[in-house]
Amino acid sequence: MTLANAGRYVLAVMALSALVGAQTPDRFGFGEPVPREVIVALDTDVRPDGTGLPPGQGTAQDGAAVYATQCAACHGAKGEGGAADRLVGPDPTGTPPFGPAYEQWRGGRPDVAFTIGNYWPFATTVFDYVRRAMPPSAPGTLSANDTYAVVAWLLQQNGVIGDDALMNGETLPKVVMPARKMFVPDDRRGGRTVR
Amino acid sequence: MTRRSVLTGALGAAAVSVSRATAQTTVGAPSPQGRLPNELGGRAPQEQPRRVPIPTSSRTPLQDLHGTVTPADLHFERHHSGLAVIDPASYRLVVHGLVERPMMFTLEDLKRFPQVSRLCFLECSGNFTRTAGEKTTAQALLGLTSQSEWAGVRLATLLREVGARPQATWFLAEGQDAAQMTRSIPLKEVLDEAIVAYGQNGEALRPEQGYPVRLLLPGLEGNASVKWLRRLELADQPFMTREETSRYTDPLADGTSRQFSFAMDARSIVTSPSYPQRVRPGWIEIRGLAWSGRGRIERVEVSTDRGARWRAAELQAPVLPKAHTRFRLVWQWDGQPTEILSRAIDETGYVQPEWPALLAARGRRTRYHLNPVTGWMIGADGQVLFGIERVKA
Repeated sequence: MTLANAGRYVLAVMALSALVGAQTPDRFGFGEPVPREVIVALDTDVRPDGTGLPPGQGTAQDGAAVYATQCAACHGAKGEGGAADRLVGPDPTGTPPFGPAYEQWRGGRPDVAFTIGNYWPFATTVFDYVRRAMPPSAPGTLSANDTYAVVAWLLQQNGVIGDDALMNGETLPKVVMPARKMFVPDDRRGGRTVR
Repeated sequence: MTRRSVLTGALGAAAVSVSRATAQTTVGAPSPQGRLPNELGGRAPQEQPRRVPIPTSSRTPLQDLHGTVTPADLHFERHHSGLAVIDPASYRLVVHGLVERPMMFTLEDLKRFPQVSRLCFLECSGNFTRTAGEKTTAQALLGLTSQSEWAGVRLATLLREVGARPQATWFLAEGQDAAQMTRSIPLKEVLDEAIVAYGQNGEALRPEQGYPVRLLLPGLEGNASVKWLRRLELADQPFMTREETSRYTDPLADGTSRQFSFAMDARSIVTSPSYPQRVRPGWIEIRGLAWSGRGRIERVEVSTDRGARWRAAELQAPVLPKAHTRFRLVWQWDGQPTEILSRAIDETGYVQPEWPALLAARGRRTRYHLNPVTGWMIGADGQVLFGIERVKA
């Protein structure tokens, strides 16, 4: 490239940039700032590190009554399932939900369901989901205490926490779920290999 | 022969001769003068394709469609807490988290931004249902896929507007439905193609498709394209919602489970002939759809002899990336019982696998992203049945 050519090239690039700049501004200025109360009202998600958990607390004992009134009709008296998913069992320490150990354990018996105890990797997700979507007819109506309590009951019934364990914003993120180490990133990449 | 069947037979023959006579005298007979132009068109009364609903979804009648576009009212439906009803006037999309300027946008705001439109498929990763055995229709088997031309604003445009911070690597997409459906989406992976969509096949989104606004992620499992989109929260890690942990994850043979398995691998289906059709010996055009979430369909191969030999089908141009692609192959059926199969090959070289290969790779409890080669059995009487033996659990 000669110097003259290079100069022309630079000019052309500058002209192009100017054109592009004219067509697409950095910002259009549409929309408006979100009022803080709107974010507070909508941003209820709970992350694995506990971010988003509200004040409040509950134990499995407190949760039994909440579960019986709010959940048992669809999920069964003991979380064994019904019109809606099974939530409890089998004992996650003795029963992997899938893989060779599962097949060995299962022998010729029927499949067992994926449950909170054997498949959910984070206790915080149970809180997030119960608060977000349960009960289906009136999501968001459980108080923070009732939500902690029913989550505690579900974890206790699955053998993940003890009968007296108090669940709150400090303790819930520290619960280590049996399924925590099972999850791996997607390794499918297209190409010839079937995964 | 009973008296009754003699009667029925005679009546049947009479009916046939009457209808033939009628047909001969009415060939090309002009319609009476019709109604004047009106405001809204409708289907011919004789053409009434329907979704087939079950409590959790309703499926597109793939066997009734020509070409590659799904009429918006036949787009499959899948939602987690019923159809959401959103008032477009009070609708806002909130974008916040790791951004310089948390903003909210009205529907009109979103429409003012530069617009893009794109024809692509949207498929539920649970799309593969063969519980009806050999009496499985194309619609029942794979009707959780549909194709539309989607229109909206690029997600990238909105993220520039709010000033996404460099640390933002994931975002939460949240719906305004009763279940407030949420998914975490990796930002870099979707930024080029993600659309915040308000248009579908030339009109506003249908309520079942997320009216007034949905996320649209071409090529990825449908669940991630969150409908009734109300909030995008940018973060530096995934949120681990219920939908991406206890659901939409893929158990593997070694006891691990694949997470964030977004891409829809290539697959195909012969939509005609299919159950419950009956075919006659002679020339038959085999027609079907193929698609890949990883790009363009490179080739579709069809076998008319249970997989012994495969021939390349004609692909209807234009072959678009991440889009339903129509394939066709003319075949002369000799009247012998057989099974016809199709397999898709995409531009990455991926070959749609046989069911045993999928099972071997993932183990018996695999439950999403099931895309095996499927076939239709053709009996000596011309009856077409689903080839259930090939994909038996």
